[in-house]
Amino acid sequence: MNAVRTYFKTIWLGVYTALVGMRLTFRHLFTPAVTVQYPDVKLKLPERARNRLYVNMDDCIGCFQCDMACPVDCIYIETAKALPTDDLGITSTGHKKRLWVPKFDIDIAKCCYCGLCVPVCPTECIVMTDVYEFSEFNRHHLIYNYATLTPAEIVDVKAKATAYEKEQATKKAEATAEAAKAKAAAASAPTSGTAPASAPPAPPSEKK
Amino acid sequence: MEELIRSLIGDSILVYVLMAALPLVFVLLYALVTLYMEMKVSAHIQDRLAYMYTGWHGVLQPVADILKLIQKEDTIPTAANKPLFIIAPYLVFIGTYAGFAAIPFSSMYVGSNINIGALYIIAVSSIVVVGILMAGWASNNKWSLFGAMRSAAQLVSYEIPSALAILVAVMITGSMNLQEINQFQDGGIQNWLAFGGPLPIAKKLLLMPFTLTTFFILFVASLAEVNRTPFDLPEAESELVQGFNTEYSGMKFAIFYVAEYANMFLVSGVAATLFLGGWTSPFGSFMSGPVWGVFWFVAKGMVFVFLQIWLRWTLPRLRVDQLMYASWKVMMPFLFVCILAVGLILSL
Repeated sequence: MNAVRTYFKTIWLGVYTALVGMRLTFRHLFTPAVTVQYPDVKLKLPERARNRLYVNMDDCIGCFQCDMACPVDCIYIETAKALPTDDLGITSTGHKKRLWVPKFDIDIAKCCYCGLCVPVCPTECIVMTDVYEFSEFNRHHLIYNYATLTPAEIVDVKAKATAYEKEQATKKAEATAEAAKAKAAAASAPTSGTAPASAPPAPPSEKK
Repeated sequence: MEELIRSLIGDSILVYVLMAALPLVFVLLYALVTLYMEMKVSAHIQDRLAYMYTGWHGVLQPVADILKLIQKEDTIPTAANKPLFIIAPYLVFIGTYAGFAAIPFSSMYVGSNINIGALYIIAVSSIVVVGILMAGWASNNKWSLFGAMRSAAQLVSYEIPSALAILVAVMITGSMNLQEINQFQDGGIQNWLAFGGPLPIAKKLLLMPFTLTTFFILFVASLAEVNRTPFDLPEAESELVQGFNTEYSGMKFAIFYVAEYANMFLVSGVAATLFLGGWTSPFGSFMSGPVWGVFWFVAKGMVFVFLQIWLRWTLPRLRVDQLMYASWKVMMPFLFVCILAVGLILSL
């Protein structure tokens, strides 16, 4: 008797639960869809959403902090020293700019949107924007160049920096040679051996 | 209809070609509509929108799908049995389409007004099994073969309950001619076989529980026959990739698809013809006639097609043993009881 009862009960449950499910799906047939028709309708992004990076080059001081923080090494920076006579101005945060930044590239294809580069920037010039539509057919187009200098300026700036450095190096060499000469002269003089410690402090003071 | 065409274009082979092609036109149009309906119903059941950009609310998407399938490369696996692989989809479609020959679309149109229409449909729709088994075997792919074997087991088991359910209708009407079964139910909703048919009221009320049960079982069995959820074991995409049509692409796949949709309408049409009055109007003589007949028949069929789609997106798939249990241990005993009871009541 029990087996018969389970038999009919199972059949009843099978049919009944199917009907319950059908009632549920039928109700959902008429509930408004949750779909957002994306290219036409866009959801508002959260305030701190992390998307495409942007660099405000006016504020960049070429400190390499972002480059060092980047876990995937997608930021490529090159700097060139400015001449003492050049005035690069100051950033909006009040830092004095001492370096030209001829190259500031971000390979956004490599970027993992971790946002580690943003807080380390002393001048807050690298930020994450809310732009997320930047697909390209060619992945080389995903390497963004932020440097503001023109190619001619870059060549000029680099040449000046190397020339200045060379000049400094020759000056330094002359200074050391002079110091060595002085030392030799001092050594040849008939003074006692207590003097040499104070005699050659010249080379480091030459550095600017 | 046949006489009309004959009088228009004379007595030639063209008459038969036209008569045979009419359901094909219907099936192709219907497949487009159902393709769209299936996607839209499934999407809205899941609170989505489905196609929205190809035409107004994506109405042109089925056309785009068909165009894409036509252009697609038709690949045949190297290890496949080429002739069988090529024949299989057509055989499946032929098996399905042959069933449409005996379906009365209206009082004026039935492809072939044969006396054993019900038997013919049961017999000819079994060809589908051969086609599916052929597709699975010829693909030389384990998933295809699994799907095909499951399909064969399933279709063979479910032919029996659906044949028994059809037998109940045949017992009440005393005819196997679907056109006659239809005419028998003419005169409004109260004359439909699902509600006992046009018999004296006492007999009718006695018959009703049994005919309704039979009708319900016929519907469930027909779901299994067209390999749709919850009986879609042959195609079980989560375990068998796509079942018997895993290796098919392009037009051959499209033909499988059309055959599946055509089969859905075929079983719906049979259920509607046998138990819901087919082309007869539910309001007696109101809105009845050959043209309204087509409307009513298609409308009833589409209600079943919608039910099948609705069920597909509601119920999970059955296990193989549950499938067999439902067929042999539930439907069959119930149908035997129904047949016995209907026979007794009719002989009163």
